[in-house]
This record gives sequence, C-alpha cells and structure tokens, in this order.
Amino acid sequence: MGKYRDACKSGKFVVSAEIGPPKGTNVQGMLHHIDMLKDKVDGLNVTDNQSAVMRMGSLVVSGEIARRGGDPIFQATCRDRNRLALQSDLLSAAFLGITNVLCLTGDHPVVGDHKEAKGVFDFDSVHLIQCCRRLNEGYDWAGNELDGKTDFFIGAVVTPEADPLEPQLYKFAQKVEAGADFFQTQAVYDMDNFQRFMEKARAITEGTEVKIMAGLVVLTSLGMAKYMNRAVPGIFVPDSLLEEMASVPKEEALYKGMEIAARHIRFLRENKVCDGVHVMAIGKEEIVPEILHMAGVLEEVAS
Amino acid sequence: MIISKKKPFEEVLKSLEGKERVFVVGCGECATVTQTGGENEVAEMKALLEEAGKTVVGTIVPEAACHELDVKRLLRKNRDAAEQAEAFLVLSCGAGCQSVRAGTDKTVLPGVDTLFLGNIQRAMDFLEKCSLCGQCVLADYGAICPVTRCAKGLLNGPCGGTNHGKCEVDPEKDCAWVLIHEQLKKEGRLDERRQIHSPKNWNVVNRPGKLAEVREKVSGAVSGGEE
Repeated sequence: MGKYRDACKSGKFVVSAEIGPPKGTNVQGMLHHIDMLKDKVDGLNVTDNQSAVMRMGSLVVSGEIARRGGDPIFQATCRDRNRLALQSDLLSAAFLGITNVLCLTGDHPVVGDHKEAKGVFDFDSVHLIQCCRRLNEGYDWAGNELDGKTDFFIGAVVTPEADPLEPQLYKFAQKVEAGADFFQTQAVYDMDNFQRFMEKARAITEGTEVKIMAGLVVLTSLGMAKYMNRAVPGIFVPDSLLEEMASVPKEEALYKGMEIAARHIRFLRENKVCDGVHVMAIGKEEIVPEILHMAGVLEEVAS
Repeated sequence: MIISKKKPFEEVLKSLEGKERVFVVGCGECATVTQTGGENEVAEMKALLEEAGKTVVGTIVPEAACHELDVKRLLRKNRDAAEQAEAFLVLSCGAGCQSVRAGTDKTVLPGVDTLFLGNIQRAMDFLEKCSLCGQCVLADYGAICPVTRCAKGLLNGPCGGTNHGKCEVDPEKDCAWVLIHEQLKKEGRLDERRQIHSPKNWNVVNRPGKLAEVREKVSGAVSGGEE
C-alpha cells in the first residue's frame, strides 16, 4: 500500500502536490522541493515531459521520491512510448517502489520544444488505465502471464471546463469503466462551475470507490491568469478572480494567488465538493506548504 | 486522391547539382488535380529548368504515374531522350517517383512533397480523412475517422486539447471527437459512446504493404491487364 492510496481509502481530504523534473542534470532544486514537500502532502505527482518539453524522466524521479520516503504518483503519458515501452516502464516502476500511476494521453509534440518529433499514441489514456489493471491482475496487454504482478493505484485526469463538456463526460465514464481509482482534474478556478461538474461526475461514479481531486494551479500574476484563459484549452479563470488579481500591486500578486488557492481548498473541503485537491505551483513548489497552512489542511496531512 | 505540393524550386535545383540533362515526369491523375505535376506544371518546370541553364531532354505525363508498367512503357517509347538524361525529375507522389525508379537505373529525384490521401473539398482545397490504417473502424465512429482526424489518433474520446470544437494543435481544424459525438447523437447512438475501443492493431499492414491476390477469371467477366 502507499500513503496516497491509504489517504484516498480513509475518506480524509486528500492533498497532493507536483514535482517537475529539471531540464538538465542539476537536481538540487528538485530534491529540495521533494524533501520539503514529501511529508506535508499525501502524494507527489511527477510530470512526464510536461507540455511535451523534454526533461528528466518521471519514472526515475518517482523512484527517488519513494527512496526518500515520499509517495510518488508516476505520471505516464502515451505520447513518447508504445505499448511495449509503457508496460516495461510500469514493471520498472513497481520495482522502484512506485504504487500510484496517473495515466495521461500526453500533450501533442507540436506544443512542446521538439516540434518535429513523432507522437506515438499507440495507446490512449483509457488503454493505459486498462493496461495497469491487467498488470495488477498478473497479465500483460498481450495476455501473457507475469512472473510477479503489480499493485498500482490507478489515476486519470478529466477536464471539468472542457467545451463542449458532454464528450469529456463520456470519456470520464470510459476511464471509470476501464478501472481508474482516482482522478485529478485539469485546473479549476470557478467553484460554481466545478460544483456543477461534480454533480455530473458523481452521477457517473455512483456505486464506485472512485475519488476525485480538484486540480488547482496557483495564479502567480494577472498576466498568467489572462494567458491561461486565452491559451490553455479547458481552463477558465472567471472575471471575479481576474479582478482580484488586478486589485493588488504586482509584488503582492503571488500572495493573492496563494490566498485564492487556499480559499478554494477550504471551500472544496468544507462543502465536501470533492475528495481532495492536487495543488500545482509550477516551478514555485516552496509556496505549497504555506498554501496548505492557510487552507488549514497542512496539520491534517502531517499527522 | 494523393495530395502533394511543389518543392521550392531552389531545393529542386540543389538536388540537380551536377546533373545537366534532365527528364521531367508528371502524372495525369492526382498531381494533375493538385496542380503539382500535370501537363501545365511539367511545362512550367521545363521552362524553369531551362532558364536555370539545364537541358530538358524529354517530358512525359503518364496517365497515372503509380502504374509501373505504363511508366516503363512510356520510358521505352522515349528511349532516346531517356538515354540522354542524367537525372529524372518526377512531379508526382512518392509512389510515382518510385515507378520511375523501377524503369531506369539513373538518378531519380522528387520534385514534389507527398502529403496525404485527401478528399477534394473544392478546387485546390483538400482534407485528409483516411490514413490507410489497414483495418477500417469507421463503423464505430459515425463514419468519421478518429485515427486520421484526431491529431493524436485517439480511439476513446477527446483529450484535454479540445478547444471549443477545434483542435489545440491547429485551431483551423475541427476536433474529430466533437464531430464524432455530434454524429452519433444524430444517429441516436450515444449509448455506444461508453463502449471502450481497443487500440489499433498496427500489424494488419506490415510496411511495406503488399497485396497480390490471385483473381480467377469468371467467364470473361474480368477484364483489364495487358492489352
């Protein structure tokens, strides 16, 4: 078992954060973030060539988190590996003590820094979830019996602000059907919209143990908030938050963003909107403990 | 229709470095429609090459450049010019280019880039709807192909890059999953959307694809072949 799975099963409000591996071999900053966060959250996601930008691998960094006593959530995308490589990495993950896998399609290479690369997409995220389930049952995708099976807690993602939403909900249902144990959502900012989404999602997961964690990306500036609205599909920052970010001087914008994130965590928890949060502070992981403290969930996680 | 576009003339010229006598081959089928290798484009290329100081020893526009026997026959018919040529410049898809390869031992060079199998929307407006994957899945998706029309070829619904009905990869292009979803809705088949589709079997066509079926002649009903 792992800490993240235990937290999910316990019914407590689950908190995870995110580690982005470095572009290069200098791991000092990343290790600092891992050591700072590993005991303050239930799980630590490790991104897999996030935004199709080549970086150090998610598998090895996840293994290092496990070695340091944290509970990694190994993000695996279908963009860079075919079904052989994915399964091989999943077996390797088990060997490294990784028990949580977040199954993603992966951003298209054209949005990243190696635009001429061939995207693989031999599996899609639904297949990857099914595949983890089969490895847990002791078989590989082709049906061959494994000498030693995996024990993965299987995660997936969903985009509550997808427009149109209906096709997204069908895919969500397919992921539940395929065997996902937990979901971390794309970043959400509009709590009313998210509540409406959760009603629809709960209708689909009714009768299952599936946990849904809201994705929260900390706003760091007004410009960043506007950029996300303009350029990132499936992310919607409402006008009220844009105004709030604009209401403070530039140097206080980050703190304002932290306040907003903390307020949302509090709201989601107190109203039992979802089962937890996944806090992303892209590159500014050192602010995560303070956000959790402001939200009143730090002590609970640490205990 | 195989969709191609002209290579920049500078690139063509560079590939012809050291070759003075050129034989230009077009195609009467796809490259004519795409205006990359029809009679007009072959004449245009001849003029450009001559302007650049090359000698164009001959030109042909086979009915379909992918028909190897036809291309060979035309080259035999133009034997004198073909023998003088130092290089063949082919204004046809990669298949046509390799038909010429099969008909000569000399240097063969492509004059166009082959893009995709395209549907003709209107004159000079082409859209890829089929990518020849070897095992047709259109029945499951309201005859809208996700293998081809989703930028990632996903088989079980949209990714997070779906954006107001368009694709994150290219805002000019529709998200195939919105099209598929709407189509299945029109057909009253939304219940099928929960069905999980297996990954593609990429072993159906091992590259290079090869099909040589033996056809039985049924009392003269089958025609064609050599005249």
